[in-house]
Amino acid sequence: MASATETAPLPAAHPAPARGLPRRLVALAERAALPLLLVAGWEAFARSGALPAALLPAPTAVLHALGDWLLGLDESTQTYSGHWIQDALASLTRVAAGYAIAAVSAIVLGVAIGWWRLVERTVEPTLQMLRPIPPVSWIPLAIIWFGIADKPAIFLVFLGAFFPVLMNTIHGVRGVDRNLIRAGAMMGASERQLLTDIVLPAALPSIFSGLRIAIGSAWMLTVTAEMVAVKSGLGYVLWDSYYFLRYDIVLAAMISIGLLGYLSDLGLKALMASVLHWQKGTTVQGR
Amino acid sequence: MSAIDLADVQKVFRDRDGRDLVAVDRTRATIEKGEFVCLLGPSGCGKSTLLNMIAGFERPSAGEVRVAGRVVERPGADRGVVFQQPTLMPWLTVIDNVAFHLKLKGVGKAERHARAKTYIDLVGLAGFERHYPAELSGGMSQRVGIARALLMNPAVILMDEPFAALDAQTKIEMQEELVTIWQRVGATVVFVTHSVDEALVLGNRIAVMSRRPGRIREFIPFDLPRPRDVTSPEFNDMKRRILGLIREESSRARAAA
Repeated sequence: MASATETAPLPAAHPAPARGLPRRLVALAERAALPLLLVAGWEAFARSGALPAALLPAPTAVLHALGDWLLGLDESTQTYSGHWIQDALASLTRVAAGYAIAAVSAIVLGVAIGWWRLVERTVEPTLQMLRPIPPVSWIPLAIIWFGIADKPAIFLVFLGAFFPVLMNTIHGVRGVDRNLIRAGAMMGASERQLLTDIVLPAALPSIFSGLRIAIGSAWMLTVTAEMVAVKSGLGYVLWDSYYFLRYDIVLAAMISIGLLGYLSDLGLKALMASVLHWQKGTTVQGR
Repeated sequence: MSAIDLADVQKVFRDRDGRDLVAVDRTRATIEKGEFVCLLGPSGCGKSTLLNMIAGFERPSAGEVRVAGRVVERPGADRGVVFQQPTLMPWLTVIDNVAFHLKLKGVGKAERHARAKTYIDLVGLAGFERHYPAELSGGMSQRVGIARALLMNPAVILMDEPFAALDAQTKIEMQEELVTIWQRVGATVVFVTHSVDEALVLGNRIAVMSRRPGRIREFIPFDLPRPRDVTSPEFNDMKRRILGLIREESSRARAAA
């Protein structure tokens, strides 16, 4: 059986690759103009002397503090000088641990709640009651239970990352096309295979939305926990410098946290693009 | 032994107000091995429900469905289903969609792909093995759906208006190819359609269904040699007869309403 009349649709049109340097430069300028303008304005305002330099450090001063914190240039950041990698790693480890535990448990539980009515009826109401409690309000209990160390921070990160992943997993599983399940059953899939080979991959786009919301919460809660319940990490440096009126370090810490948060979301986006490459051309995002 | 036995099969749905709605009324029918049976009827006459009960997606409220002598209790690979929408796994390529049944059985990748390739060629999709469903047209997607069902080498193939969403030209082409494939693999086919022409092009037995309660009103054998000429007097005689049946049916339904 051969047919010639039916032809494949053309692959989705991709934006034409930028031709030559000028166009790329224009694109870069478009992106960079606003931040450059803001930083320049900030520098000018700080130098104008309208506020004391200690209260509003200029971008150059913040950069100086960040450089010393990172590389130990002139010990202007005192005890933090050259300790940036350690501080960043401390925060990163807490985020990674809490986030990983949250992601795995929320996906497993979310699939179970979305798939089995019995689990939905027995487990979901309890979780929905816990969900509106802001994770930060668990701080006192977290400190009592886990002391001042990594564990309360990891616990808070877990709480912050768990619910977005859970809700999106449940939503994703419930939204799986019933006929896809029927097709799987028709091809002889066991219930376990239906879950692993059909329900889970079909729910992945939704699960990934949850994971991306969760990575933001994870960073937020690590920093919060480090301000209160831990004696290391970027959040601790931020809060400690505040006590010593070193707003240049406060700002350097804010920039560091923002950068790491941005990079972890970028990593997640790259993972998502490689796992969900089949979605390309089917969604607005994949244009 | 017959391929499919419907033994007083009945399906009753309960609607929102708690009233019973008879979708399929006590239906008794026997379909022999290698037959191509078309279930013809208007939408809402229970033809899809009947097919779903043979597939095992739905359980009869009374009576039983037997396939190759065994009572149907759940879906299974002995009955290949081609859905109205292609229902492919969007995250799998064409070849992995076709080979999905083998993956579930734990067959190794090389053998999976070798066996899937045969069926991809059979439905005329050679060259599209690595494409994703989102990159295929409606007709091509349905070919994948057919290849996927054929690969299981099922004794029975159940098709639920698989060509309904296709354009007229693609539809005619797919119908011809389906007949060729059916003649080659020798499976029993049950094909649901609301189109008289489609039933007459495909079926060697046409079950005309009535609406509310859904039941098979008449089984009409149709032995016009293939390929069938849709302009021949025999074709048109049969069409007239079936259209007459349908008209009679709808006027009776109006009178009852």
